[in-house]
Amino acid sequence: MTSSTATATPAPLRALRARRGRAGWLVYVSIVIALGLLSPLVLVGLDARQAGWTEIHRVLFRARSQRLLVNTVELSVVVVTAAAVLGTAAAWCTERCALPLRRLWTVLLVLPIAVPDFVAGYAWHSIRPTFTGLWAAALVMTLSTYPLIYLPVAAALRRADPGVDEVARSLGLGRAATFMRVTVPQIRPALIGGSLVVVLTLLSEYGAFEIVHFQTFTTEIFTEFQFDQAAASALCVPLVLLGLLVLTGESRIGRRGRVSRTASAAARIARRRRLGYGTAPVLAALSALIALAVGVPIGTLLYWMHRSQRSTLPAAATVGKATWATVDYSALGALVAVVLALPIAIMAVRRTSIARRLIERSTYLTQSLPGVVIALSLVFFSIRYAYPLYQTSLLLVAAYAILHFPLALVCVKVSVVQAPPRLGDIARSLGRGPAVVFARVTLPLIAPGLLAGFCLVFLTATTELTATLVLAPTGVHTLATQFWAYQSEAAYGSAAPYALVIIALAAVPGALLGLWFDRERYSRLATEQSSRPTAQGPTT
Amino acid sequence: MRNTNLALRCLAAGAVAALVATGCSTSTGSGSGSGSQTITLYNAQHEQTTDALITAFTQQTGIKVKVRSDGEDVLTAQLQQEGSKSPADVFYTENSPWLAQLDQKHLLAPIDAATLQQVPAADSASTGDWIGVSARVSVLVYNSDKLKASQLPTSILELADPQWKGKLELAPAETDFWPIVSSVAKAYGDAKALTWLKGLRSNAAPNDTIPDNETVVSDVNKGTNDMGLINHYYFYRLQAEIGKPAVHAALSFFAPHDPGYVLDISGAGILKSSKHQAAAQKFVAFLTSAAGQTILAHGDSFEYPIGDHVAANPELPPFASLVPNSFSVADLGTGDDAKTLLQEAQLL
Repeated sequence: MTSSTATATPAPLRALRARRGRAGWLVYVSIVIALGLLSPLVLVGLDARQAGWTEIHRVLFRARSQRLLVNTVELSVVVVTAAAVLGTAAAWCTERCALPLRRLWTVLLVLPIAVPDFVAGYAWHSIRPTFTGLWAAALVMTLSTYPLIYLPVAAALRRADPGVDEVARSLGLGRAATFMRVTVPQIRPALIGGSLVVVLTLLSEYGAFEIVHFQTFTTEIFTEFQFDQAAASALCVPLVLLGLLVLTGESRIGRRGRVSRTASAAARIARRRRLGYGTAPVLAALSALIALAVGVPIGTLLYWMHRSQRSTLPAAATVGKATWATVDYSALGALVAVVLALPIAIMAVRRTSIARRLIERSTYLTQSLPGVVIALSLVFFSIRYAYPLYQTSLLLVAAYAILHFPLALVCVKVSVVQAPPRLGDIARSLGRGPAVVFARVTLPLIAPGLLAGFCLVFLTATTELTATLVLAPTGVHTLATQFWAYQSEAAYGSAAPYALVIIALAAVPGALLGLWFDRERYSRLATEQSSRPTAQGPTT
Repeated sequence: MRNTNLALRCLAAGAVAALVATGCSTSTGSGSGSGSQTITLYNAQHEQTTDALITAFTQQTGIKVKVRSDGEDVLTAQLQQEGSKSPADVFYTENSPWLAQLDQKHLLAPIDAATLQQVPAADSASTGDWIGVSARVSVLVYNSDKLKASQLPTSILELADPQWKGKLELAPAETDFWPIVSSVAKAYGDAKALTWLKGLRSNAAPNDTIPDNETVVSDVNKGTNDMGLINHYYFYRLQAEIGKPAVHAALSFFAPHDPGYVLDISGAGILKSSKHQAAAQKFVAFLTSAAGQTILAHGDSFEYPIGDHVAANPELPPFASLVPNSFSVADLGTGDDAKTLLQEAQLL
């Protein structure tokens, strides 16, 4: 590989120059995307201004705000820590241990993300009505957000070079020390990226907190919203500030630590360690996790259906229609999010500068705002500037992409970080055009990240409620809106089937994620055995 | 690498399928027959009952109705954002303050005089810009295993009495609660109302931030708490859902004309921006007609029809037996006074 670059002397220069040119273009594209994603903030600002300083002062500077701030911060610290530990441990189990029924676990471990937060909240609250407050909120949110850390960390572990670990072990470092000093730095970008998304999700969470009576700025926004939309927008200001704070903190920690390999591009899958006597406890722990995160909500839904005295179970046709609408909008939203995340990820990873980091960071901000705020600002913009789009599926798809963009970005970025840019340069030096190189070298290298991002956004979008209610075409129902319609009338039995379909639906991308990664593993082992470096690009 | 391509193909295939599907759904959405007229309803009322009303209306008039359902707060905000470009023709909602809010911003068109006459004048806007459709009444719900009817307070003021400490549940963000606050303030003045609210808060803590009345009634039924303040129909909906044998709660009315005994109105308005004024008027006239009110009475929304000569759901105490105070929708307005008081009492 090194020899091929050495023989073609003028090529590296040309490739380098070409990369510069492409990079400039990427920055402009990224700026446009970032501005688009940030546009909802404009309305928040306008509304807050309209509310006036006295109103802002009234809602922000009162004893209650302090409590909300403390609640929000405490919850974030507890949940991020717990989710990081759970997510990393689960990823370690599926990626580095010879786990029985591994494929099944890779599917099951992702499923909690498909349990709508309000369902999880209701399930726990209905088991124990005293299940309220900080620890209740922390439990529900940890169980529903740990997959956000599990997925990127598992992907990072899969791609991390086990050679480095082996070197450390051979130099006499203990197992735990190797994990902390060698493995953790390798999965660090994934871990931090995942944690960031978890915090931002917590900031904008509403449904679950309302049920367990835990108040944050977002629940307060929903309450204030009942009186005065402008004042509610004023309450978004602390959320945006908190989001900014988290982003700044993340970029400070995130800068340390780099991904390294023993040999460029020769990634190898780590041999999975046999668990031996450890098998039973590990399986028990994983089963308990799934039972709490998925079993409890599903059990509650089945109980609702069983208990309900009403004969009006929804017709299969309505469920089918709602399912189709949900799949349709969520898939498109996920696709748009992934496509938009790609240039930003490449821009941010290929070269670092303050400007690039700012552009990338800014795209995370909207995740800290509640869905209904984003949705109403899209109403504001489309009514004024794009009326024909108003209440069409396109606007809803755009909302999903904006709301869940950071999920896509985290996944895509992890893949881009691990795809050596040199491979693209080599392909260019061999005379391929930029489009061909992108399609046949870069894209296949980052495909796992794209697919993971797609699945993650899809899963999350299927449970989205508040923006869907505002933006879906009039008369169209999704699974989440149908669930809401029945549940808010106390018709729990009729609501349950819709939530069950949401969870069942999520099994598909969940399974796809797990199974596809497994296939990749075998094919890569095969390429390795034939000692052909992956740098040659796909052979069709 | 073949599998990488497979993944990309999966992605692409999924994308194309989704695009095609969306293309189809948008085209069917916009090309909805030119022969029959279609109006758009923004609905914050009980969705199943609204569907029943629409089916009957379409059968009678041939006019189709597209429905967008959401919470009344969000729909009101959305209507204000949409302004003169709103696709909505009619707004049908649970509590009158939202209609009053839209009316204040001059977004509503006058209701036909003949339609207004179908319900008591006191139940509609004094401007005639929106009309009352159904009524609900505020009551105490109590756990019948824990309390006897004779022990219960007969006046809303007594709920702030320290003897109920830890026995009360409150959903202050639920808009059904505001008319009660306004009514108490009107009867006794703001200062006394504020003291009363603070008493309620201290009695209800830590259950002073229950998200909605569905939770209040379900908690009281389970015995988590002794009693709560709700609108009557939440109890009947729960009973319909879980069946009478599973019900361990009962309703108790306040003393006649007590400030806590409030008759609250649910109504509908026509948007000024509507391009289907005639059809919209027909729909609102149908809601308040004998036919519409009968459907309301027989559905499982358990509200009281207010149109002449239509009997309520037989599960409910007859409408004529109710003795609420003289508080009217005009007294409630946009609910601003209640909001201020609730915020001063730190309940919001």
